[in-house]
Amino acid sequence: MARPQRAGTGVMIVEFGAFALILALVLSLAQTGLSVAGRVRHSVLLAGAGEGAALASFGVLALSFAALVYAFVVSDFSVANVAANSHSEKPVLYRVAAAWGSHEGSMLLWNIALTGFGAVLAGRGRDLPRDLKATAVAVQGLIGSVFLAYTVLASNPFVRLADAPVEGRSLNPLLQDPALAVHPPFLYAGYVGLSVVFSLGVAALVEGRIDAAWARWVRPWTLAAWSFLTVGITLGSYWAYYELGWGGWWFWDPVENASFMPWLVATALLHSAVVTEKRGALPGWTVFLALAAFSFSMLGAFLVRSGVLTSVHAFAVDPTRGVLLLAILLATAGSAFALFAWRAPSLAAGGVFAPISRESALVANNILLSAATLTVLLGTLFPLIREAVSGEAISVGTPYFNLTFTPLMAILCLLVPFGPLLAWKRGDLSPAFRALIVAMVLGVLAGLAALWLLTPRKAFASLGLALAVWLIVGALVEAAQRVRLFKAPLAESLRRMRGLPRGAWGATLAHAGLGVFVLGACFETAWKVEAAQTLAPGQSLRVGAWELVLEEVRKVDGPNYEAETARISARRDGREVCRLTPAQHFYPAGGETTSEVAICSVDVSHLYVVLGERREGAGGAPVWLVRGFWNPLAVLIFAGPGIMALGGLISLTDRRLRMAPGRRREVRT
Amino acid sequence: MRRAGLALAAALASAFCLAAASDPAERLPDPAQEARARVLFKEVRCMVCQNESIEDSQAELAVDLRRLVRERVAAGDDDLAVRRWLVERYGEFVMLRPAFSLANLVLWLAPVAAVLVGGLALAARVRSVGEAPDLLTPEESARLAQLVRAGDGHDPAFKSSPDDPKA
Repeated sequence: MARPQRAGTGVMIVEFGAFALILALVLSLAQTGLSVAGRVRHSVLLAGAGEGAALASFGVLALSFAALVYAFVVSDFSVANVAANSHSEKPVLYRVAAAWGSHEGSMLLWNIALTGFGAVLAGRGRDLPRDLKATAVAVQGLIGSVFLAYTVLASNPFVRLADAPVEGRSLNPLLQDPALAVHPPFLYAGYVGLSVVFSLGVAALVEGRIDAAWARWVRPWTLAAWSFLTVGITLGSYWAYYELGWGGWWFWDPVENASFMPWLVATALLHSAVVTEKRGALPGWTVFLALAAFSFSMLGAFLVRSGVLTSVHAFAVDPTRGVLLLAILLATAGSAFALFAWRAPSLAAGGVFAPISRESALVANNILLSAATLTVLLGTLFPLIREAVSGEAISVGTPYFNLTFTPLMAILCLLVPFGPLLAWKRGDLSPAFRALIVAMVLGVLAGLAALWLLTPRKAFASLGLALAVWLIVGALVEAAQRVRLFKAPLAESLRRMRGLPRGAWGATLAHAGLGVFVLGACFETAWKVEAAQTLAPGQSLRVGAWELVLEEVRKVDGPNYEAETARISARRDGREVCRLTPAQHFYPAGGETTSEVAICSVDVSHLYVVLGERREGAGGAPVWLVRGFWNPLAVLIFAGPGIMALGGLISLTDRRLRMAPGRRREVRT
Repeated sequence: MRRAGLALAAALASAFCLAAASDPAERLPDPAQEARARVLFKEVRCMVCQNESIEDSQAELAVDLRRLVRERVAAGDDDLAVRRWLVERYGEFVMLRPAFSLANLVLWLAPVAAVLVGGLALAARVRSVGEAPDLLTPEESARLAQLVRAGDGHDPAFKSSPDDPKA
């Protein structure tokens, strides 16, 4: 198993994978050609053949991907990509995950998602008008062809080595982590799910059809991609939190920003598509966002791989291929926006609305999210621009985003609870205010309580807390309002609850989840307690209300590392609450030392303990540097986005999104 | 995409072991001064690291910079003076918060400008509605008719108040 296979099925399978990759490219090209022909000749047969090619392209690519995974699992080091990114001593799960850990493998994963979404579009979009669908499938095929061609020609994961090494090169212990194994697939599903939104946008511009029905077709794709993206970003953040060892979970790093920008645009799109769907308004803006969302995905793919930005998380940096990716980005996004500039002026402006209305609230959401996206974009790229213009190097880091992005989001949070309570077209603020008075009072009380009770006193964080409570209670109030809780008999409220569209529940959950996130983020950032001290066994360290007693440090050797593991008893008010075993692992093979953080969850807060280096104490006895963090409400930082993603998924099951127009009659009861 | 952080690991393997700035061996005796220094650390870039503040980094340069900042603070410099001293010595690159200067004007004003432009566009959009009666405009009537045709007239989403529970 562990040795490279030089003959037999292994050879066949890898060559088959390479062949299947090329076949997928050919099928994607066929998908484009057949769909275009089907559209031009209004031929159901040709368009159907295009859809078949889309399905086949995905199927073939899935086999190709399976072949790559196989090469990793059996450690076939005659494949260059396996030799560079795997090692026979890696556990199987991480050998599988290594298949998408490199530039080449991750592009293959990107393509899998791209053709996969294309296949779903081709197979399931039965309620789409024939012409629109054929055009969308053609565009999706074109995007697939471009990225597959890039993979085949410039980033082929199946390239063989003439001399196969005996062992692989990568056994990086930090990357052997379950969260890291599932983080990329979610992220890619999110990034690339937006490609369908892009294709539908281009198709709508080509067909000159952007109306309520189109907005409804776009919605499920946006919801799915947005939910995946939310989960993917959160997984990455959580991984950084427990792996990096200082308790940080967001660094405003270029690579993080690259994944955050498509998310912001997709969030804006979810809201503007509602306006277009319900009121036929803002069609131009909605289609603009549909094009922008995937363009930002591609920008992210370029930024991360090209090495134009320095990042904590940079990987597989390759400037030459970066140029190719930039060319793909410019050509794809450029032609789409050129089409937009040409066609958009002919779009009708759509329904009118009053300054106080659901539409206005949703537009305000879009203005703030767009400004936030621009802020993140500038914060990411401005150092490059300034260096190119004047040759001066500057840094744009967390302090900048705290001063710009955070206030924008604070204003948005202030407005969120109003939106769902305003009527379409012309709303009235006073009923909304009346409904939200509870949320307002509770929010202000929470903020004041934080200001008075918590030390150190932090004004901005208290304000954040007030906003969080306002968001959560506001979302609950809105749900209660919908079912007329306490206003109608309970039986009627229950009946209404069942009748409420899933989309409404999804929105409520997502807004409440945002509040949960804000609560955790503000609380953790402002009131985390940190302490560090060198301890001999038997000594203790105080972290806020906690006493960490170092009981002993033992040497435990793992399969490929030497470890020092500490046993720490965490006590509050003299009572032991949990026992922690932080460790330091030393890997002689690569000379790396990693630190295994120990986390103890206490309700929704984290006690986070890190074992540091060994030092010489008094009298030559060894002492260890122990760091303790009390991260209050830290769980909410990750639970909040989880709730948001859940809201997205529940929205996705809304029957209004699943029903084709022709089938809608059946569900009316 | 942080994920594949292949290099990440290699670059930071040593830094991961320890959160840096709280090392008791480095601390200033005066807690107030130490607290000020810790706030400043978050604004200072560890220039040889990938993208970290000296608060988080364990690189030698970060250790040195922390020592220097602590010395300035202990010597009685206020925050502004420490920042100015850092920029004079290492250039603008060292500060994670870009200066509010002419060259960075776009960076600082763009968020505000974006909100203003969006706000104006919205204002222009809604202004004329004040006089408009609540009845449908001819355009809307046509659109409604078209939608009714498209949706077979049975589309629950096209009700005037679509989020009401279907009673």
